[in-house]
Formats: sequence, C-alpha cells, structure tokens
Amino acid sequence: MKAVSALVAVIVLFAIAYMVGPSAKFVFGVAVPYAAMAVFLGGIIYRVAFKWGKAPVPFAIATTCGQQKSLPWIKHASLENPSTTGGVILRMAFEVLTFRSLFRNTRVAVKDGPRVTYDGEWVLWAAAMLFHWSFLVIVLRHMRFFTEPVPFFVPLLQAVDGFFEIGIPALYLTGVGLLLAASVLFLRRMLDAQVRYISLMADYFPLFLVMGIAITGILMRHFMKTDIVSVKEMATGLATFKPVVPDGVGPIFFAHMFLVCVLLAYFPFSKLTHMAGVFMSPTRNLRCNSREVRHINPWNHPVRVHTYAEYEDEFRDKMIACGLPVDKKETEEPKKAKAGEKKVDD
Amino acid sequence: MYDAGKIVLGLAVFVGVSAFPIWYNIAAGKGAYAVQLEPPPNGTKQCVAETANGYMRAEHMHILDEWRNMVVRDGKRPKVTVDGVHYDYSLSKTCMNCHSNKEKFCDSCHTPAGVAPACWDCHVAPEDK
Ligand code: HEC
Ligand code: HEC
Ligand code: HEC
Repeated sequence: MKAVSALVAVIVLFAIAYMVGPSAKFVFGVAVPYAAMAVFLGGIIYRVAFKWGKAPVPFAIATTCGQQKSLPWIKHASLENPSTTGGVILRMAFEVLTFRSLFRNTRVAVKDGPRVTYDGEWVLWAAAMLFHWSFLVIVLRHMRFFTEPVPFFVPLLQAVDGFFEIGIPALYLTGVGLLLAASVLFLRRMLDAQVRYISLMADYFPLFLVMGIAITGILMRHFMKTDIVSVKEMATGLATFKPVVPDGVGPIFFAHMFLVCVLLAYFPFSKLTHMAGVFMSPTRNLRCNSREVRHINPWNHPVRVHTYAEYEDEFRDKMIACGLPVDKKETEEPKKAKAGEKKVDD
Repeated sequence: MYDAGKIVLGLAVFVGVSAFPIWYNIAAGKGAYAVQLEPPPNGTKQCVAETANGYMRAEHMHILDEWRNMVVRDGKRPKVTVDGVHYDYSLSKTCMNCHSNKEKFCDSCHTPAGVAPACWDCHVAPEDK
C-alpha cells in the first residue's frame, strides 16, 4: 500500500510535467529548476549548520572496529580506529567511497540445524555500491549539458560507460546499472517480510523517483529523442543565469527534468540527506584517542569537588593530633584556591 | 554552532562543487552556447528526412543506424530519393555528399554536445576542398 501510494505520487509528478511542461516552458524550464536548486543547497546548509551543527558532541565516541592506539607493543588498527586527523579522513573516505559500515552489516538468521548465522548482507551492499557509483557517473556525465566547452572528464566517462557500443547512441552501463540497482533495492523491501514491515512511503518514494528519472533518461536517449542542442541551450542558459527556453524540447524532457527537480528539493528533508549526514556522524568523524587525551566536556555544569589535599588542609591538625598519617606534616595556611571549585567531567 | 570552522569549510566545499557549471562556464569564458551550421555547400535544400521540429536533429543517428543495419546486416542497398535525386544508403556517399564539411556541420553540433561518433574510425569524411 505504501509502495503503491509512492508509485502513484511519482506517476502523477511525471504526468503533470509531461502534459503541462511544454505549454509552461518558463515554469518547468527555468523557475522550477532554480527553485529546486535553491531549496537543495539551502536545505542542506540548514540541516548541516543549523540542525546537526547545534547538537553538542561532548565525547570522543570511540565506536571501533579495531584495536585503539594503546601501548607500543599492541598492534594498532590505524584505519578502523584512527587516532589522528589523517586517519579519520582516510576512514571517512573509505566509508563514503566504499560503504564499509554497510559492508560490515550482518543479519541474524536461524538456519537448519538449528544454527544461528550472522551473514553479511552482500547483496544490499553490492546494490548500494552500484546505485551510488552509477548515480555519480551519471551526474558527472550530465555536465556536458551545463558547460561549454565540455569538461575533459565527460568524454572519458562516456567512453568507459559506453564501452560495449550497444546501439547508436551507445547504451550507457550506468543507466542500466542505476535502474537495476534501484530495482534490487525495491525488491529487497518488497520480498523480505521484515524489511517490508519497517518500510515507509518515504523509503519507496525516492526509489521510484530515481527509477522514474532513469527510465525517462534512457527513453530520451534511445527511444523518444529530443533535440539535444536545444536542451544544452537551456541548460547552459541556467548555468550562466541567462535563462532561455528554446522550442524543440519534447515533453519527455520536461518530465525528466521535473523529476530531477523534485528529487533535489526533496533531498534535504528526507532520508536522502544522508549524503551530508555521513560527514556529520560522530562515530565516523571523531578521533579515537580517548586513551591519549583526556576529553573534557566543554559544556559541563561546574561540579563542586573537595579534593583529598583540601580535606587534609582542613583537618591536618586534628589528624596529626589523633595520630592519623598525613601527606604533609607542617600546617600551612590553607590555600585560598578557588574555594574548592574545579571543573571536571562527570 | 559547534565546530563551526569545520562545518563552514565542509559546506563551502559542497557549495563550490555544486556550483561547478557556474564557475566553469565563467572560467572558460565562452559565453552563451550557440550552434552555427553550414548549409550544404552543394546548394541542396532538402535533407533525407524532414527537418521541421528538430526531427532530423533528434533522429539522424537512428536513420544512420537503420541504414547501416539494412546494408551491413540485411545486405540490401536501397536508395533514398531527395528532391528527385536517388542516393545510396550510405554515410560517406550520401550524408557527406551534401554535408561535405564535417567540421562545420556534424562536428559543430557534436563537439559542444560531447558526442564523438566512432564512425570516423572506419568511414572516411570528405577532405577539405
Ligand atoms: C540531398 C542533400 C542532403 C543529404 C543527402 C543529407 N542532408 Fe542533411 N540536410 C540537408 C539540408 C539542405 C539541410 C537543411 C534543411 C533545413 O534547414 O530545413 C539538412 C539538415 C540536416 C540536419 C539538421 C540540421 C538542423 O539545423 O536542424 C541534420 C542533423 C542532418 N541534415 C544530417 C544528415 C545526415 C545524418 C544525413 C545522412 C543520413 C544527411 N543529413 C543527408 C541536405 C542533405
Ligand atoms: C543539429 C546538431 C547535429 C548535427 C548537425 C549533427 N548531429 Fe549527430 N548528433 C547530435 C547529437 C546532439 C547527438 C547525440 C545524441 C544523444 O546523445 O542522445 C548526435 C549523435 C550522433 C550519432 C550517434 C553517436 C553517439 O555516440 O551518440 C551519430 C552516428 C551522428 N550523430 C552522426 C552525425 C553525422 C554523420 C552528422 C553530419 C552529417 C551529424 N551527426 C550532424 C547532433 C547533431
Ligand atoms: C569497424 C569499422 C566501422 C565503424 C566503427 C563503423 N562502420 Fe559503418 N561500415 C563499416 C563497413 C566495413 C561497412 C560496409 C561498407 C559496404 O559494404 O559498403 C559499413 C557500412 C555502413 C553503412 C552503409 C554503407 C555506406 O557506404 O555507408 C552505413 C550507413 C554505416 N556503415 C554507418 C555507420 C555509422 C553511423 C557508424 C558510427 C556509429 C559506423 N558506420 C561505424 C565499418 C564501420
């Protein structure tokens, strides 16, 4: 049911742009893209700086997958449990580029025997890798529309992506890959009863949206051709802030672009903002140096403490009088040090 | 905001990367994108299919694909009639007969669109006269 409503939502969005787009070119070709980009950038900045940035992280959260830096003869897992900024950057890079946390994700199951297993969810990881890398390559390839001259990396990516030269124009592997991966991710939610149970409309909607974008894109490249020259005129117009809405751009293009705009605007306010969130994860972006450095919570409420030295100062005479051992023999003027108040972490 | 320095740096990188098309276009300094096409030097007025509504612009690669499959795979060599003249189903002998300046016609669209058809690895383009 949730999947159905998400699918209906995407179909309605597609239909609106397909039918209204060509007759409201300025709205769908200029106003909506600018608005979507503004919401995307503004939304991410808002989430990062004004929501997450306001949450204090008082401790070094050393959730680890390896030995923390310790005594010299204990082998240190410097990537899993980095103690330096460089190590943290490396760990974050691997997390972002290869999804190590997801790779380590295991799933408990009872098999025949009966036997408990903790298998990795390799299919999920592989589908996620295919999905995200395809998406990245696709976004980079699309820079050919927004820039003049075409940047050097575009022909490179196109050559690799269209390596098999299936058809004219060549079929891009990433287009198929994206659609395939999104389908696997969708089927996982549908076929696995436990995952289906916890899946919300907010899980299905972005999947269908991405599928819609991939399908309209593939359709436009191979089956429902549109005039690429006009598309590029429009896209460079947007990028240079001299918007134009040329004729000759088909309705399928407006549908494609509208779905992308919806995705952009939806991004910061949905689970998709994990793109920015991964960099804000305290378990990934903090050094695990809690054995080297004493972390003092900077926002601690001041705590009244009475140290032993102060106690002895207070009672030294009496302690000596009744024969209790003392650290310092001679009575000194009790130090009027900050009246026994010190900041420590609790 | 806690760790403001790092957050601002991170967001600056994010906005900078997102704005790639904007600063790249400014840096490249080419200004607006406009395609200049040379009409066929042999004075013909019609293409092998209609050019209205950007039909030829959008579909020419499919026409070529169809022609190629017809000739290479099906072994048929039909002719196409434009303005009463019969032409072979051929890339070099037909398209390039009229659009004889590849640089000023095909390439002036393809280069800005980032398309580099592999056809010219084997097929010959007419030489500049
Ligand atoms: C008989 C000469 C002739 C032949 C053969 C020919 N063309 Fe054309 N082509 C023209 C003319 C003339 C125009 C411009 C028509 C116009 O502006 O309405 C044109 C227009 C085009 C356009 C569209 C340009 C635009 O501004 O929209 C493309 C693309 C094109 N031709 C590609 C091809 C390809 C590919 C072939 C081979 C399959 C081919 N032509 C064969 C004469 C020819
Ligand atoms: C009006 C601009 C324009 C003109 C003129 C033009 N093309 Fe194209 N051509 C394109 C665009 C844009 C694409 C890419 C379409 C895409 O990426 O979906 C393309 C793609 C192709 C392809 C498919 C190859 C690929 O990798 O995508 C072939 C083949 C091709 N053109 C041949 C020709 C030939 C031959 C001529 C000259 C006779 C010509 N074109 C003139 C715009 C043009
Ligand atoms: C590997 C080399 C090679 C490549 C690359 C290639 N062709 Fe061909 N093509 C051939 C050969 C060989 C023939 C057969 C020529 C004949 O029998 O007349 C042919 C025939 C054709 C024909 C019909 C006959 C003629 O004279 O043109 C068309 C049309 C054609 N190719 C289009 C294309 C297009 C479009 C591309 C680019 C997408 C392309 N070819 C890329 C080798 C190639």
